[in-house]
Amino acid sequence: MAQVTMRSLNKMYDEVHAVKDVNLDIRDKEFVVLVGPSGCGKTTTLRMVAGLESITSGRVLINDKVVNELAPMDRDIAMVFQNYALYPHMSVYDNMAFGLKMRKFDKPEIQKRVREAADVLGIGEYLKRKPRQLSGGQRQRVALGRAIVRHPQVFLFDEPLSNLDAKLRVQMRVELKKLHQRLGTTAIYVTHDQVEAMTLGDRVVVMRDGWVQQVGDPMTLYNEPANRFVAGFIGSPAMNFADVRIAGENGGLWAEGEGIRLKVPAHLDNRVGAYAGKPVTIGIRPEDMRVARDSDPPELNIPAVVEVVERLGSEILLDVAVGSVTMVASVEPISRAKVHEQLQLAINPERLHFFDAETEAAI
Amino acid sequence: MATIEAVTPRVYAGTPRRGPITRLLEDERWLASFLLMPTIVLLGLFIAYPFVKGVLLAVTDTRVGIPGSFVGLANFEKLWHDDIFRVAVYNTFLYTFVTTVFKLVLGLWLALLLNRHFRGKAFVRAFILLPFIIPTVLSTFAWKWMFDPTFSVINWMLFHLGMITGRINWLGDPDLAIISVMVVNVWRGVPFYAISLLAGLQTISPELHEAAAIDGARAWNRFRYVTWPLLLPVTMVVVLFSVIQTFADFQLVYVLTGGGPANHTHLFATYAYQIGVGTGLLSEGAAVSLAIFPVLLLVVIIQLVYIRRVETV
Repeated sequence: MAQVTMRSLNKMYDEVHAVKDVNLDIRDKEFVVLVGPSGCGKTTTLRMVAGLESITSGRVLINDKVVNELAPMDRDIAMVFQNYALYPHMSVYDNMAFGLKMRKFDKPEIQKRVREAADVLGIGEYLKRKPRQLSGGQRQRVALGRAIVRHPQVFLFDEPLSNLDAKLRVQMRVELKKLHQRLGTTAIYVTHDQVEAMTLGDRVVVMRDGWVQQVGDPMTLYNEPANRFVAGFIGSPAMNFADVRIAGENGGLWAEGEGIRLKVPAHLDNRVGAYAGKPVTIGIRPEDMRVARDSDPPELNIPAVVEVVERLGSEILLDVAVGSVTMVASVEPISRAKVHEQLQLAINPERLHFFDAETEAAI
Repeated sequence: MATIEAVTPRVYAGTPRRGPITRLLEDERWLASFLLMPTIVLLGLFIAYPFVKGVLLAVTDTRVGIPGSFVGLANFEKLWHDDIFRVAVYNTFLYTFVTTVFKLVLGLWLALLLNRHFRGKAFVRAFILLPFIIPTVLSTFAWKWMFDPTFSVINWMLFHLGMITGRINWLGDPDLAIISVMVVNVWRGVPFYAISLLAGLQTISPELHEAAAIDGARAWNRFRYVTWPLLLPVTMVVVLFSVIQTFADFQLVYVLTGGGPANHTHLFATYAYQIGVGTGLLSEGAAVSLAIFPVLLLVVIIQLVYIRRVETV
């Protein structure tokens, strides 16, 4: 049983306010991912939970107990570092056993636990080797093993997969997920990779410039981003944005911009109506656009010129020019669109996003 | 039909202007020898020749102005029965051992302190190096004044602190003299240890300490299980250099005591100088110098073997 709670957590370095007023309630057995671009404060937040970074103000609680002043070793946590941080002069066995030795476990118990963890992670045959004799993926497993032998209350992961090659990263991602399902230990995971965040997290915390932007389960972040930043950060390829002005005409609302004239779907009239005559930003995900057919209503089409065609096999990405902005549309693999071709792209009106041009908050 | 004509190797023609030297240097065997030449000449002239000459000198009875003739190991036999030589041998080992221990402990302590973050870190680091960069003879002369029975600032301080009533003759008492010499050696040698070990410490990733802290290791255990083993290869190299230098030390003793009082503070090098140059018994001086050689050879072999073991593990 371990909940982790952060209350008005702040971190100030000399000049930099790295973490601003972070409030989070992480439930027992939950896998929470902190995600954001580099310098957004996600790693600093994790390190404050670990006790490796002092807390400027606010509180960190583990199981309702304030741990602000507790040394890392007394917080009953385990951390996996980006560069593995394996002790280079110790064998794999000693690396995994170190934490137990320091905590004065007796030898048979240490052996049993290291054995178990090694079997789970498939590194049983490497126990006598030194870290440098292992591949990147194997080292990562040892680092995981070192964390799990201690049976800690909370796992902390600091970009653990970012040093692995793309294929291995996908594989380890799945294994991490399985491991968590099996152990059920509360986990906080930091990454800059939104795909990792979406696939691993029970809930995802998007951060930017030290602020929490949105907390939610992956599909909520994807379907209902709280602001333009989250909308652009989550999803790949990223959401397309265009600056438009809302105009009321013929009893309906229209979003008008350079090269764009779209009818605002009726279900959004209430919310968007308040912005009549004002500038807003519309957001369209690449997967919500397709090459228009004759049957598509023209008020939901945008004219575009194809600039680049990227054939990915399962889909084709069209980089198109709409007015002066570039958008990406993910279209069916049977599309015959060619470079320089002029075409109409049909928008899925149910999935159109509007953002306040000034505050960037979702409308 | 495919033709093979196109892959016929092309003959490099039309280079008649290349001279014989150019062609010779294009041959790697000749080029290698050519490039090695300056090093071989320098090493031969300044290391190998004096060494061989020293060995040859040590088995003769050459003195200044007298060529001398072959006497076998007579010089070494004479040394064996020489009481001052025995004192010098004892002193050299004691001097090397005691100062190395102090330099290592103090140097490591300083390095660990300097490896922390604090204001003025760069300034302090530069400051620490001072004893190391001042010419040894100059700083040793300053120490000589501090140890002077009449003008000693140390005596002055102790006197005013009420700790002594009379004068302490730092360099006049045989035991105090060797201790004084050691103190100066430690003072001069600590910066080298501190800076070298600091460089070693900085190669150890801070993440390892963080991992150990989370693993439950307190400060001492982090040092013992993480810092020390990872610093060991650097430490061994530093100790190796330092032991060799200390073992063959000359300047400190020569300036501070000249081997006195009554030949009580001689080291190998100062005694060799006193006999060979001071007294003019070149062959016996050479024999004293050569007596260091087997010891240093052993030190070097032991440490290099150890370093290799540490590095390959």
